[in-house]
Amino acid sequence: MSGGLGNLIKTLQIDTRLLGMIGAFIVISLVFHVATGGTFLTPRNLFTLTLQTASVAVMATGMVFVIVTRNIDLSIGSMLGIIGMLMGVIQVQILPDILGFGNPAIWIITVVLGLLLGAAIGAFQGWLIGYLVIPSFIVTLGGLLIWRGGAWWVSKGTTISPLDPNFIMLGGASGTIGVTASWALAIVGSILTIIFLINTRRKHISHGFAVKPVWAEYALGAILVGAICGITAIMNAYLVPTRILERRFAAEGLEMPEGYTEAYGFPISVLIVLFVTIAMTIIAKKTRFGRYVFAMGGNPDAAELSGINTRMLTVKVFALMGALTAIAAVIASARLGSAGSSLGELDELRVIAAAVIGGTALAGGVGTIYGAILGALIMQALVSGMGMVGVDSPLQNMIVGGVLILAVWIDIIYRRKTGDA
Amino acid sequence: MSTPLLEMRNISIHFGGIKAVDDVSIDVMPGEVVGLLGHNGAGKSTLIKILSGAYKKDAGEIFVDGKKVEIHSPIDARSHNIETIYQTLALSDNLDAASNLFLGREITTKFGLVDDTAMEAESRKIMARLNPNFQRFSEPVRSLSGGQRQSVAIARAVYFNARILIMDEPTAALGVHETAMVADLIKELKAQGLGIFLISHDTREMMDLCDRVSVMKNGQLIGTERVEDVTEDDILSMIIMGKNPKKAA
Repeated sequence: MSGGLGNLIKTLQIDTRLLGMIGAFIVISLVFHVATGGTFLTPRNLFTLTLQTASVAVMATGMVFVIVTRNIDLSIGSMLGIIGMLMGVIQVQILPDILGFGNPAIWIITVVLGLLLGAAIGAFQGWLIGYLVIPSFIVTLGGLLIWRGGAWWVSKGTTISPLDPNFIMLGGASGTIGVTASWALAIVGSILTIIFLINTRRKHISHGFAVKPVWAEYALGAILVGAICGITAIMNAYLVPTRILERRFAAEGLEMPEGYTEAYGFPISVLIVLFVTIAMTIIAKKTRFGRYVFAMGGNPDAAELSGINTRMLTVKVFALMGALTAIAAVIASARLGSAGSSLGELDELRVIAAAVIGGTALAGGVGTIYGAILGALIMQALVSGMGMVGVDSPLQNMIVGGVLILAVWIDIIYRRKTGDA
Repeated sequence: MSTPLLEMRNISIHFGGIKAVDDVSIDVMPGEVVGLLGHNGAGKSTLIKILSGAYKKDAGEIFVDGKKVEIHSPIDARSHNIETIYQTLALSDNLDAASNLFLGREITTKFGLVDDTAMEAESRKIMARLNPNFQRFSEPVRSLSGGQRQSVAIARAVYFNARILIMDEPTAALGVHETAMVADLIKELKAQGLGIFLISHDTREMMDLCDRVSVMKNGQLIGTERVEDVTEDDILSMIIMGKNPKKAA
């Protein structure tokens, strides 16, 4: 990049890879917006898009750590399947008999057990990889077959539904927080962002480091706050269809007032993704665990010689992947309102593709959480856009496959140019 | 004679059927530089990796200040203020200088999060002493020159109050100017009272920097001599022939 724009980006210290990915997302969106005759970039479609991305996005953040440590996890789709299935059995066939149908403790107990199960499966696979030194490709390829078989075995091939009504709110359009809460959240988020920027600047000044010019800090703050408010505005612009509102009023025995409207606001599942993204970013950048994950990916011997227990680290990374897969299982099964034995099929490939498109290097040591989230969003935008245009599914797969290869090729060129191997 | 700062006594280690180190004893006094010489595969690096906690010895004892210590891991070695600069430098290429310098010993905030700003500030302080030209603190170390990478590895060893420093081929990848800089640093650290084990192939450099040299061949110690008592040829013959000319005489 040259001239004024290049300097501007440099002064603002914005990652050019991030800009490239946002650019790619915008281009894809605009192309589909035109091709669909103006239905792609609507609040309704963007709302649906975020819902569809949520489960893959959550897992992609964990896959970044797995790939950064020079491993791979092919088992997550099947893990999602068996965890979703067992959570289905727990909340539909076991807990209602003990606690009574609709008891609010049901979803909490179900989610906690799911998380524990996911972390346990992940830790076990991580132990096989770290301590028995079986390649992760093999362990998780075995896991792919084993856990999918397990999911079938639990349900004998049937689908478990309907899921607990409270649990279902964690997945889809039935669980949104409404306009007021969404704006409140946006304001809190904006304030925290500004406090973070001010604190970082103060700290740098107190140590005598060079800082950005003040106008650049203002510009960066404005961009971030603008993005937060923009996304909130979109989520708040999608109105609940009148039919659904009428039915809700009728259920309470009331008449719906003339001209009454209500918007969805943020879905709970999207808030979960947001929370996971922030938590995983802090873990990656600001904790010893995260630092060691990247150190091990950059040079396993050096990590070992620095006193890092790389075997235990591998167990922890896979346990975390398992826990995130459990969160994804909650979102995916809650969105469908049921747990079928094919839940999560091929998700491992979507998740790996999202992480890789997001700039995670398969050679290890390099990757970002926000990249993986954007990678997941780009993939989902492509798939749903093609679906809206009417591309049939075999051709969709071919195009997604081609895009994956193209994205990695562009990434290789980018790294070569920036010397950021 | 006073107590050695560090003593390795009757150390042995096997890899399969091969005795990589066979009943070797070496020691170092405070403020002394002891050179380890020998061909590739003579067992120098293996011996030193036992001391730094990377390998576990099969037999022998290690003493610090005359007290027996157990070293089973790099953390144990560090807890006895034994620091190592590896031939490979052992840097994570994808991390910046400060992250490498503090790897495994990060400075944390009161919330337990790693404090990058504080670590960079400390790195700047130590680098100002070791290599004042070093300015590239926010780049991954992969993009640094050989000498700059070496400074990071040295800074890591020196920062944490090392008492015993192990330097495995510290100048092998360096230019003339940078080699001189490392030599000056060794002299300075020696003056501060550190005990230094230096591994090198360069016999002349060793004669210049070391107080004593220990020569190894095929896992065994051929002999330890004060540099003023031997010629460069004596040392070469110890390395090549595996015989100590002084003892033979």
